[in-house]
Amino acid sequence: MKARFFMALMLALPLASGTASAADYVIDMKGAHASVNFRVKHLGFSWLVGRFDKFSGTFAFDDKNPDASKVKVEIDTASINSNHAERDKHLRSADFLDVEKFPTATFESTSVKASGPDKATIVGKLTLRGVTKDVTIEAARIGGGDDPWGGFREGFEGTTKFALADFGVPKDLGPASKEVELTLHVEGVRQ
Amino acid sequence: MVRDTTEGYGIVSRLFHWVMALAIVAMFALGWWMVGLDYYSPYYKSAPDLHRSVGILLLIALLFRLFWRMVNVRPDDAELSNFERLAAHATHWGFYPLLIALMVSGYFISTLDGRGIDVFNWFTVPSILEHKGWEDAAGKVHEILAYATMALAAAHTAAALKHHFVDKSRILTRMWSGPPPA
Repeated sequence: MKARFFMALMLALPLASGTASAADYVIDMKGAHASVNFRVKHLGFSWLVGRFDKFSGTFAFDDKNPDASKVKVEIDTASINSNHAERDKHLRSADFLDVEKFPTATFESTSVKASGPDKATIVGKLTLRGVTKDVTIEAARIGGGDDPWGGFREGFEGTTKFALADFGVPKDLGPASKEVELTLHVEGVRQ
Repeated sequence: MVRDTTEGYGIVSRLFHWVMALAIVAMFALGWWMVGLDYYSPYYKSAPDLHRSVGILLLIALLFRLFWRMVNVRPDDAELSNFERLAAHATHWGFYPLLIALMVSGYFISTLDGRGIDVFNWFTVPSILEHKGWEDAAGKVHEILAYATMALAAAHTAAALKHHFVDKSRILTRMWSGPPPA
């Protein structure tokens, strides 16, 4: 009787702790195993790809209960990098990101729903140019486990799409370039 | 008359003065206009290309002009009062550092990412400093110095007109027609 109770407890404990609180991860910026990329159509002829070099973030993840996951990312808008100084200067100006007034863009999840094995739909609030709107990120877990240096990591990618005008970007780049796609690749180190 | 004399300016100085004066004012207007162009304007690419190309040529011309000024005698300015002479020297010598800084800052806007500047598809000025992020500062400096240059040019023009109309002096005309025939 006593033994059985113990057995049950032993089984239940890790399960309970697992479901109650997902593990917290900090996105690995030190080792730069993360990137925030965007792409916008140029004239409708090609994709212009760029990135934000500076950002930080955390997420909570439990592979037993992915719906309890949370993610928060802060992006330094001035770190936009499209590999062309003059264009980056323009992108930082009031025509686009207005980084002096709005130095930070943030994303904070409000709900995570598993949509398949290692796949989830993340809804959250994106704040850009001071405007906060719900966006949906289609996310996929790439992998996770012990790293060779004594840590534990989980890595994901996620993509969302939104219209620049929805966030008050005044510059119109033309009919083919109204929307921007944002793709995040993040690897988090468990705390 | 190629060289300057105490009587007036030679053809080289006069040509450089007027061509550069015209080009610099036109460059200000071009720069002011082109930064407001819509992305789909047909001039969105060609206007900055022209601005950069002319800018590089102006920098070369300015350096030559500085050299030319130093190896020539200065036309006589005995008619000026001490204050006028001091103000004139400050204005004239003010143009050189101001324009050099203006052109260098403009050069940096375009070259801080390692790209060079194509001058009329004729030759390319390479990037000498790669420093991502400084293009914003370069742009601000360029804008401020452009306005400062126009302010100095306005002061210079006003003074020249004052000498011409109020003082009835040859100071303005000798920059146009050179020394009087001996």
